[in-house]
Formats: sequence, C-alpha cells, structure tokens
Amino acid sequence: MPINYYIFLSLTLFTIGIVGILIRRNAIIVFMCIEIMLNAVNLLLVAFSKMHHLQGAAAMPTAGTDGQIFVFFIMVVAAAEVTVGLAIIVMMFRNIHSIDINFLNRLKH
Amino acid sequence: MQNALQLAWLVPFFPLLGFLITGLFRRQLSKTMIAIVGNAVVFASLLVSVWIFVQVKDGNSYVAEYFNFISAGSLKIPFALQIDALSSLFLLIVTGVSFIIHFYSVFYMKEESREHYGRFFSYMNLFVFSMLLLVMGANFVIMFIGWEGVGLCSYLLIGYWFKNKEYNKAADKAFIMNRIGDLGFLIAMFWILSKTGSFDFAVVFSKASALSTTDVTIITLLLFIGATGKSAQIPLYTWLPDAMAGPTPVSALIHAATMVTAGVYMIARSNVLYSLAPLSQYIIAIVGLATAILAATVALKQNDIKKVLAYSTVSQLGYMFLGLGVGAYSAGVFHVMTHAFFKALLFLAAGSVIHAMSGEQDIRKMGGLRGKLKTTYFTFLVGCIAISGIPPFSGFFSKDAILLSTYEHNKILYVIAIFGTLLTAFYMFRLLFLTFNGNFRGTDEQHHHLHESKAGITLPLIVLAILSFVGGFADIPEIFGKGGNRLTEFLAPVIPLSHGASVSHSTEMMLMFIPAVLVLLVIVYAWYRFKNYRPSEEKGLGKILENKWYVDEFYDKIFVKPLYQLGSFLNKTFERSVVDGLVNGVGKLVNYGSRQIRLLQSGQIGSYILLMVLSMLFVFIIQFFLRK
Repeated sequence: MPINYYIFLSLTLFTIGIVGILIRRNAIIVFMCIEIMLNAVNLLLVAFSKMHHLQGAAAMPTAGTDGQIFVFFIMVVAAAEVTVGLAIIVMMFRNIHSIDINFLNRLKH
Repeated sequence: MQNALQLAWLVPFFPLLGFLITGLFRRQLSKTMIAIVGNAVVFASLLVSVWIFVQVKDGNSYVAEYFNFISAGSLKIPFALQIDALSSLFLLIVTGVSFIIHFYSVFYMKEESREHYGRFFSYMNLFVFSMLLLVMGANFVIMFIGWEGVGLCSYLLIGYWFKNKEYNKAADKAFIMNRIGDLGFLIAMFWILSKTGSFDFAVVFSKASALSTTDVTIITLLLFIGATGKSAQIPLYTWLPDAMAGPTPVSALIHAATMVTAGVYMIARSNVLYSLAPLSQYIIAIVGLATAILAATVALKQNDIKKVLAYSTVSQLGYMFLGLGVGAYSAGVFHVMTHAFFKALLFLAAGSVIHAMSGEQDIRKMGGLRGKLKTTYFTFLVGCIAISGIPPFSGFFSKDAILLSTYEHNKILYVIAIFGTLLTAFYMFRLLFLTFNGNFRGTDEQHHHLHESKAGITLPLIVLAILSFVGGFADIPEIFGKGGNRLTEFLAPVIPLSHGASVSHSTEMMLMFIPAVLVLLVIVYAWYRFKNYRPSEEKGLGKILENKWYVDEFYDKIFVKPLYQLGSFLNKTFERSVVDGLVNGVGKLVNYGSRQIRLLQSGQIGSYILLMVLSMLFVFIIQFFLRK
C-alpha cells in the first residue's frame, strides 16, 4: 500500500483528537482524544519504519527498525500517563462530583 | 648581559611602597613609624637616583622595558622607563627636594592626629611616585599616567583639610583647570599616534622631521595647552594661587618645586618637535612672558605671604616658558632646578613664619620678625636674593641664561623680561621687609608667642639655602672661565646644543650686569618705601592689582555662571520632560501591557488548549511559508 494512505489516516485521527479536546468537556473523553493523537503518531512511525525497512534492507538489515522501537517507548509513557491522569480524574470526581473540565478553573489563583 | 640600569624601577617603586604602607596602616602605625617610613622610602629613591645620575654622567643612557602595558593590533605600548641626562637630572631634583620637604613635614605636621598624619604622608609618597613616573616614562602614555597622578595628588593635598569648604573648592578648581589642559595633552597624544603610529619618545622624535609643519604645529600647541594647565600659564593659571589652601610643605613640594614644572619637562623632552615648529615656540615665548609680567604685577599687592609666593611661582614658570620659547631648553631646565631650590626654601621659610605667628598669613600683621626668627630670616633673605637674580646666587645664572637667549632672539621681549625681573625683586623684597623689618603689627598674644622653629624645621631651610646659593654654579656661563656650561653639556644628548652665542663677550658681560645693578637699585627703593610700612587702603591701580586684575571674577562671569545656568536650564526642562518622561513612560507601558496580557489567564482549560493549538498552527504555517 502506498505510504499516502497511512499519512491520511494518521492525519485524520490526529485531527479528530485535537477537535475532540477542543470541543468536549468530559475529562475522560478529553483523555481518550489525547490517546487517539498519540496513536496517530505511533501509526505514522510504524508506517515510515516499514517503508524505510523495505527500501534499505538490502544495504542494512536493521534499516528503519528504530522507528518501531520508538513506538514501544511512546506506548510505555502513554500507559504511565494514563495511570496518573485517571488517578487525577478520580480525585477530581471525589472532590467536586463532576468530571467537567470547565470546573477546573482554579489554576488561575 | 643585563644592563644594571634595568633596576631603575626601584626609583618609583619605593615611594609607591611607602604610599601603601602609610596609607593602609595609618590607623595601626604610630606617628614616629609613619614619619620614618615616609622619609625612608623617599631617601631610598634619592640614593638610587644619585646612582643613576652617576651612571648617566659616565655616558650611559638606557630604556628599561619591563612588560607590555597595552597591546592592541599593531599598537604596542611597553611599560618602559627612560634613563638619560634629562630624566636623571629631574630625578635628582624631584627626589632631593622631596626628601628635604618630607623631612620638614615630619615636624611641620606634628600637630595632626595619627590618622591624618598617615594620610598626609601617603599622599605625599603617592605624589613622589607619580612625579617620578612622569619624568621617567619612555613614552607619552607612561608620562601621562604620572601626569594624571600628580594632578590627583595635588587635588588630594590641596583639599587635605577637607572640613573647610573653601579649601575643597580650591581643590576642585585646581583639578578642573588641570583637566582642561589634560584634554589638550590627550588630543596631542592621539594626533601623534595617528601620524607616527607610536607613543615611544625615540620613535616619535625620529619620525618628527617627516611630519608636515601643520601637524607639528598643532601637536606642539596642544601639548602646550597641557603644559599651561599643569604649569599654571595664561589662561589656566588661576588655580595655583588658590592651591595655597593646602599645607605649606605641599605648596613647597607640589606647587612650587616639582609638579608645576612638569610642563617645562614635557616641552624640554619634546624639544625635537618644538624646534620644528617656530610658530609654537613664538606663542610659548609670548604666553610665558605675558604670564611672568601679569603674575609679577599681581604679586606686588598681595598681602597673604603664601599668595605672594604663589604668584611669584607663576611668574617664574613664565620665565621658564620664555626660555623654552626662545629655544633655550637647557636654560629652562636649569631655571627649573634653581627655582626648585629657592622657591622650596621660600615656602618652607614662610611655613616657619606661619608657625611662629600661630597660623597668621597676612603680612600686614607681621613685621619685625627678624629679631626672633634669626635662621628663618637669614634663609628667607638668601631665597629672596636668589630669586631676584643677584650674582652669584643661583637665580642669577639661570635667569641670565634665559634672558641672554631672549636677547639673541628678540630685543623687545628682552626689555619686557628685564622689567619683569625688576618687578620680581620689588615684590620679593617688599615681602621680606614687611615680614621681617619694621615694627610688629600683630596682636600682643602673637608677639608673646613668637619663637624660632625647632631644628627639624630650620635644618631643611639651611640645606636649601646652601643649595640656592651654590645651585647656580652647575651651569655658569663660559665667560667666567673654563668648565662652564656643565649642565648644558650634560643635557646635550637630549637637548642638542644651540649654535653658540651670537653675542660678543663684552655684550654678554654688559647684559649680565646692567640688570643686576638695576635689581639692586630696585631693592634699595623697596627698602626706602617699606621700612616704615603702615597698612593703608589701596586705590586705583593698586586696588585692581590687589584683586588680581579681576581675572577670577571675569572667568566666573564668562565660564562658571553660564555653565551653572545651562545646568539649571537642562535640569528644569530637559531632565523633567525628556529624561523623566522616558523613564516613567517605560514603567507605565509595562504596567499597562501586563494588565492587558493578564486577561489571557482565564483559568479555563479549554481556552488554554485552544491557544496552544492555535499557536502551534501558527508556528507550522510560518515554518511552511518561510521554508526555502
């Protein structure tokens, strides 16, 4: 498959993520949108990695593999972030009985 | 093999050391220790100077380079000291007279508290250091360091009694007027650099003949402006009489014997340049003579013992410049030497009188001191005879050398100069007679208190009196027998010998003795006039002279007042509207701007994220369009 398809899919996912963050107020939805954006990036990384591997495998067997390794790191970081983020959301619900992010305006003070 | 003269750095080093010790430890050391250190360092440099002088007399001359002082691009300014006839002679004069005056100060300043005593000696040592640097520097930069250093010390010592506002004003005046001259010196230095590419005396003087007449004339005139500031010539002379606010040893050392002759030294050192610029020489001769006459007329009517001596110093400096102007550089230097002796003597003797009179300086309230102050009277008399130019005292020979060269140069200047020497004799003997002859005119308490000073004060007077007597024999004219003109010959490596006297011996004899006879007549007239002196109100010309031709008032009107007015005008308008407006405007802008930007911080996460996304988009768009 041409690389273009991957790029379009990834862009679409990323845009959905950004728009979701901008228009939704539910903290969990916002969180999911962030995950969608991360995965859009992962998808792109893997796609390019595969492409470079196919092009350069003859000269060097490991060509393009670093992109895939990078994806694993992103996944690990994303998982860690999710645990922290979810914990924050739980704390937030306990305190104000809501997970609407527009209530989170105390950063101003 | 390394030249032994490389050790020349010791000469200025000792006084610098003394300055540090007496200055830093003035609270810890006792007064005796301070006096010992302050004197010992000057004596040490006197010894080294004598050694250097002997070396130079044997025909050695040397430029001792120590390290690179400034190096920028192709310009290299080494820290180098010049050892030759001219500088070694000045070393002797400076260290010799300084030592005598330091010794005198030990006793003269003994009333001061310990701290101020230390401060005094540290300033004095710093002055000696700067003066030695000035005369030893092998390039204009090192000379300029000394030049500024002596100006600073002069300022510090004039304002030594800093609690008196008038004294501080006198110190300010001296410093500011010196700076006007220094500016001329600085511009001359830059001019020299741009034309010859170097500050070294050797290089500059060897390239001098290649310069155009315009350049040489401008350089020499600018250097002369520097000299008028330091050496108190018209138009920058008014600071010197005011500088008498300092302690008397300071007046003797700085404002009579050494610092004020720095201008003469500088011009004698640059004689190669001046010989190429007849116009500058002519101007120097005219200015020198005008100063000599003007100051002499003012001295006729001054009533402060130190003011008379101060104007006399200005007048004698005028003679030195007259000598330089007519090309008699060695005569000018010779007069520096004899003047250092007899003027230091006169000042120190005046100090002794002031001490005896419990601080009184007004000669109208003195009189008849001859009986009580025998040594002081006798030495003061020697000084008066020497400065008046009566043979065979030192002033006669040095002044005669200048006058003879003037005669060869220009007869009109000669006649005016003779008139000036008569004035000199008149005001000096007026001073002598008013102070030491006639009846005592002070209070009874002062009369009761009158006493001769201690040996510590009279000893320097006696030494200086002997020097004032014999100093002239260093350069007696050839006509008095073989072995004359020794000083001129000694200076020949630095100051080329002039083309021999153009007057016959009989003329020279006559030129020597007619003025001497006239001077004697003037002294007799002064005796006749002042033997029964009564203070009286001055009228007409006398009043103008007493008020120094109103030059100070004139300067005040023309320069000082307008400057103050300009200052207050700028303060009221420019400062208020422009400077304050600018400064306050910046403050207000920041205040207003931050109040607007603060509105962005709403606390709404949604708006933060939106802003973030928008700005990232913005960055991407910019990057997209700016991409090559």
